[in-house]
Amino acid sequence: MTGPKLLSRRKADRIDELAQGGTSLAKDALRRMASNPVAILGACIIAAFVLLAIFAPLLAPKDPFIPYPELQAQLTPTNIPGPMPGFLLGSDQNGYDFFSRLLAGARQTLIVGVGATIIGVTIGMIIGGLAGAFGGWVDTVLMRFTDILLSIPSLLLAISIAALFASGNQWTVIIAVAMVCVPVFARLLRGSMIAQRSSDHVLAATALGVRRRTIVFRHMLPNSVGPVIVQATLTLATAIIDAAALSFLGLGDTDWRRAEWGLMLGNSQDLLSVKPELAFYPAIAIIIVALGFTLLGESMREALDPKNRR
Amino acid sequence: MALLDVRDLSVVFTRKRARPFTAVDNVSFSVEPGQTVGLVGESGSGKSVTSLAIMGLLPKRGAEITGSVSFSDTDLLTLSEKQLRDRRGRDLGMVFQDPLSSLNPVIPIGLQITEVLERHRGMSRKQARVEAVELLGRVGLPDPGRRVSEYPHQLSGGMRQRALIAIALACRPKLLIADEPTTALDVTIQAQILALLSELVSETGTALIMITHDLGVVAGLCDEVNVMYGGRIVERAERHALFATARHPYTHGLLASIPRLDAARGDKLIPIKGSVADNIAWEEGCAFAPRCPNATDRCRNEPPELVPDGAGMLRCHNPVAVAVPEGAR
Amino acid sequence: MLRFIVRRLLQAIPTLLVLSILVFAWLRSLPGGPASALLGDKATPEKIAELNAVLGLDQPIFVQYFKFLGRILTGDFGSSLISGDSVLAEIGRAFPATIELSLAALFLAIVFGIPLGYLAARFHGRFLDNATVVTTLVGVAVPVFFLGFLLKYVFAQQLAILPPSGRQDVLIDATRITGFATLDGLLTGELDATWDAMLHLLLPAIALASIPFAVIVRITRASVLDVTGEDFVRTAESKGLTAPVIRRRHVLRNALLPVSTTIGLQTGLLLAGAVLTEKVFVWGGVGSLLEQGIERRDYPRLQALILLAALVYVLVNLLVDISYAIIDPRVRVR
Repeated sequence: MTGPKLLSRRKADRIDELAQGGTSLAKDALRRMASNPVAILGACIIAAFVLLAIFAPLLAPKDPFIPYPELQAQLTPTNIPGPMPGFLLGSDQNGYDFFSRLLAGARQTLIVGVGATIIGVTIGMIIGGLAGAFGGWVDTVLMRFTDILLSIPSLLLAISIAALFASGNQWTVIIAVAMVCVPVFARLLRGSMIAQRSSDHVLAATALGVRRRTIVFRHMLPNSVGPVIVQATLTLATAIIDAAALSFLGLGDTDWRRAEWGLMLGNSQDLLSVKPELAFYPAIAIIIVALGFTLLGESMREALDPKNRR
Repeated sequence: MALLDVRDLSVVFTRKRARPFTAVDNVSFSVEPGQTVGLVGESGSGKSVTSLAIMGLLPKRGAEITGSVSFSDTDLLTLSEKQLRDRRGRDLGMVFQDPLSSLNPVIPIGLQITEVLERHRGMSRKQARVEAVELLGRVGLPDPGRRVSEYPHQLSGGMRQRALIAIALACRPKLLIADEPTTALDVTIQAQILALLSELVSETGTALIMITHDLGVVAGLCDEVNVMYGGRIVERAERHALFATARHPYTHGLLASIPRLDAARGDKLIPIKGSVADNIAWEEGCAFAPRCPNATDRCRNEPPELVPDGAGMLRCHNPVAVAVPEGAR
Repeated sequence: MLRFIVRRLLQAIPTLLVLSILVFAWLRSLPGGPASALLGDKATPEKIAELNAVLGLDQPIFVQYFKFLGRILTGDFGSSLISGDSVLAEIGRAFPATIELSLAALFLAIVFGIPLGYLAARFHGRFLDNATVVTTLVGVAVPVFFLGFLLKYVFAQQLAILPPSGRQDVLIDATRITGFATLDGLLTGELDATWDAMLHLLLPAIALASIPFAVIVRITRASVLDVTGEDFVRTAESKGLTAPVIRRRHVLRNALLPVSTTIGLQTGLLLAGAVLTEKVFVWGGVGSLLEQGIERRDYPRLQALILLAALVYVLVNLLVDISYAIIDPRVRVR
């Protein structure tokens, strides 16, 4: 907001809010988000995605994991059957029901995205938390390490990690993508904790002789959670896209029967001239979900940013 | 004939999904050529917004400005953006509170002075540079020939403020507005800057509007003082009158909350209780009533008018009795 | 200034050293150990033992590392398992293609991104601004390779107005000098070759530019909005300067500082995106080497490519820091 910066009424409000501390900040942010249409749109997309992931087996009209002879019969190198009775979007390149596989893909995509993000956040927070809590040489060593990881382009890092495994499966993708977010979260948490360390309420607690463990867990960590949640939401978007990229490069799951959007997109690259829908629908699904996480993450960031307070 | 005549100036900020906020409410005052006028009040009293409205620096969207600001017989509020730009920097100069953030960090001090000389005095770059060195010397920057090519971060806080003053006075404006020019500085530097300002304005005959929350600053500098509260002027007085016989309980409170060396040790400082957040709306009563020791039901229910009081003006139902506040300066 | 550059160069050394340790560790943890990984299909127990001795894998780990470091420093990355050629020579041949593509993409991203970001900020809250924000949000959500698919499908297959893949039409007999297809045509006066190369470059460059473009637009917009609210812009206004001077000298000069850093960070994304884009458009650059290397688990090649990518990244960021120091005097003294 580029409004007048001289409204001291706003200044005072801000200080009051800061003084009120964590919980009301979160409530405040939630309230702000609830009135932000962008946040609502993002939340709706994600809710729909999660529901789809949970209920996909019930919703899918056919079994997504078995080939259908009537589809296979029409399958030739230059023809993949389009929509026909009972098969809403026709066949995929292996004679499976494309529509059911699309629905089923939600679950696998969610597993990969969430799995990678959770692992990445956990490891990153441990590293960043240690660095932030101890400082000194622990901090120097850990941060030097994460800086190096950050200096490798993320997809190349994921590729190097995925290449460590003799053959790809679901877990190699999850781990490779997770490792990419580790340095990001380590830096984020550490930065936030360092900022907390010199903040007045932590200084006050230190001066009062509160134990370091108590300070870290009661004062520093809770106040650093906001940025981590924001980043994690945004990471879910990139995790899904990165996983798709790995599949596209042949480093993904080698089990092509598994329905996952990235994998489906990756495996359909040679079929563009035959049936472009095989690439387009999974891609659109990925884009919508990634957009949903991005919208939600960005509006969360905005809501938590003290600059946007009123 | 007044140099600047502000009549019924109001500024209302309107924001989406928020109540409009009246920052300045029917403010009128005038400044004679060469005169120094103080605008005094706490943060939130509307004094800075008043000055920005005079300069035409409020955002075009979100701020509704009414009333008139005549400057040498022209209403500044009716001027087009272009006409206003021609005046700003030439006839009206402004010095801001935070000298570090008010200077562009990535271009040298010299250029920040010469650009205004080139713009308004039609100087060539070369002439402007000579003049910039001269100006920096006049505001007391040591070694101005070298400083002119330095960047803001290379100067100390006091030197930065001197440079800002040099910029504001570069075209010998008729009116200088100084918005809390010393607040961000060390105490010793504050006195130097105030002395410099008063020396320069009297030298060039520039009128000065001094915006401050510090009555000490007012005491040393201003001919006339306007005390603002909640967007309105609550008291206007000539300097000596104000310090001798402050009538408004708010002014009185401000004076009483200045620590004094000559007070007996047992004497307590008397702070004004509460904060601007406690204000009631002027439409309902006196905005200061919730914090006022003299407040009555009338104060809370009937807005007081600004009426002549002695030589000055006063907006109060229950002013402090005319008695000398202990040991006024 | 020179001191700043030297200091910054020295700072890059520990980064690269630690990186070499990481790559060494990576190589050691490959399935079957480095020897069998390096030998690939040709691995027999005797050959592994032989290579272990050559690589000094029977020696203490420190000695091993320093030998590894020595080999890297002398430019010995071994030979590719696929082609049998020296990895370095392979990369040297493929490099110009990737550089050409990345520079073209970066050029597009900057030339369109900064003005759009600036305009969005100037018309903050209006239609152009909102449309820009939506576009950039969607821009980062679209996988690079899918955008490549889409462009290829629409412009090469459906409309058939642009070539679907490759760097130059095979029928054009272009003289090679620098390895940059567009530049070579200009140097030799074969303008038809340059034109053809540029047509081939267009789609992949657009696909690759999408994410840096979106990021540059967003950073420029945010940064211009930030700077517009700064006190010194108000000072400039109070001086009565004309709007163009304020925009150029006071707003843009300051707003471009974070943008330049971002551009540096984008080179990493460009390298990664290049791998994907090259695959879609059969580009034949470093990305294609990498992709084949992955498919065949060609570890000597992968190891060299990872080190190279990090080196490029570190160097580009060094360049960015230096340019930052040129625009921002505050950085120089630190």
